Amino acid sequence: MVLGTNLKHIETAAKHNEIINSTENVMVCCGRMGPMCLPVYDIMEDLEDEYTNVAFYDMLFDSPEAHVIRNAPECSNFMGLPFTVYYKNGKLVKATSSIQNRAQITTILDEYFS
Amino acid sequence: MDFDIIIVGGGPSGLTAGIYASRAKAKVLIVNEGSIGGQMVLTHQIDNYPGVESVSGYQLSKTMRQQAKTFGCTIKTGVTLTNISLDGEVKSVELDGKQTFTAKSIIIATGGRSRNLNVKGEDEFKGKGISYCATCDGDFYRDMEIIVVGGGNSALEEAVSLTKYASKVTIVHQFDHFQGYQHAIDEAKAHSKINFMLESRIIEFIGTEKLEKVRIESLNSGEITEMSISGVFIFIGYVPQTEFLKDKLELNSWGEIVVDNNLQTNQKGVFAAGDARVTRTRQITTAVADGTVAALRALDYINQK
Ligand SMILES: Cc1cc2nc3c(=O)[nH]c(=O)nc-3n(C[C@H](O)[C@H](O)[C@H](O)COP(=O)(O)OP(=O)(O)OC[C@H]3O[C@@H](n4cnc5c(N)ncnc54)[C@H](O)[C@@H]3O)c2cc1C
Repeated sequence: MVLGTNLKHIETAAKHNEIINSTENVMVCCGRMGPMCLPVYDIMEDLEDEYTNVAFYDMLFDSPEAHVIRNAPECSNFMGLPFTVYYKNGKLVKATSSIQNRAQITTILDEYFS
Repeated sequence: MDFDIIIVGGGPSGLTAGIYASRAKAKVLIVNEGSIGGQMVLTHQIDNYPGVESVSGYQLSKTMRQQAKTFGCTIKTGVTLTNISLDGEVKSVELDGKQTFTAKSIIIATGGRSRNLNVKGEDEFKGKGISYCATCDGDFYRDMEIIVVGGGNSALEEAVSLTKYASKVTIVHQFDHFQGYQHAIDEAKAHSKINFMLESRIIEFIGTEKLEKVRIESLNSGEITEMSISGVFIFIGYVPQTEFLKDKLELNSWGEIVVDNNLQTNQKGVFAAGDARVTRTRQITTAVADGTVAALRALDYINQK
């Protein structure tokens, strides 16, 4: 079960853990193919060329495997899709709920991953 | 000059303008805030686009974007337009306060967006109790009490659809009557989970980590009450996305761009297409028709130079 975007997809919790523990900077957008999520995927696709030090992934919110993001303590108050999470050396350093624009995303990337 | 034509907005009108202009070998840049496809991507299923039996808005957007790219269009999406210069021979756009691009002609195709309440706390609790999309976020509110703000078709229909999840839905509306179709009003009124607070408006969203309550003002008595609530869905209509053009182009009292029959604005070389311009009909078909006309007239304009 994957999203219909051009991003790399994470399908399982095990793969998620493997990626965040083997890659320094990771951004994962966990959502659906809805109007609040699509702009975030679009921006991530665009940023892939610019931020070569960051690995960009998406994950289907409704997949049972996405519990790794849905149940993260940092997302416990979130009530709007997508849940977007940022990992540095396996540690979740930032999480946002609902639609974000390019400037909001690049501010986080610059603050945590530069 | 960096480009022949810059198109501001990547909905169906902007993408169509991009397809026509770049196919005519013009050097074209589309700059877009939000997601490519604009309001089209809000539509799960489009059944009235001729020649296509049924298609998701996302798929149609993806195809239009690919067509524009194939013809050589440069597309920058998710950007913020921080400045725009429309007078004079050289027009320009500034993106994210960093990059500036110049062109001979500009097409404005910025469409419309859902209206915000512009009330204290609205930004703070977006995604933490405040939502603008029932299909996206409805299931976070299972067995909770929520408010729907608005009195048009979207508010009434979404209130009914949210009863699938919420234990109780209160529609808060500023007037004593609704603006929706009678069948939508009847369905909402007949629903056992829906109740109404008319002639009322939310004046503040309150919470710590997430939304906990709202302050509501009665427009009749001026009385202010607090109501504990888990979520608020806001559906109060669409506005043209033209605020940034206020002192630059002629707009009517609703903020729509005034154009002539060639979709030319009051600035030479600046055209407007789709939902952002003065028009009575706002559909994908009319947006793509506008995109076509605006591109062809912009090409005429730059070829006369
Ligand atoms: C829920 C819903 C369902 C609909 N269903 C249908 C349907 O079934 N059939 C149909 O024909 N029509 C439907 N419509 C209407 C149709 O989607 C619109 O008429 C059409 O998308 C308008 O196209 P547009 O290109 O003018 O503007 P939009 O689609 O609004 O696109 C404008 C684009 O410009 C961007 N933008 C805005 N401001 C700026 C800026 N300052 N700088 C850069 N970019 C900017 C926006 O982010 C957006 O991407 C529906 C609309 C909605 C909301």
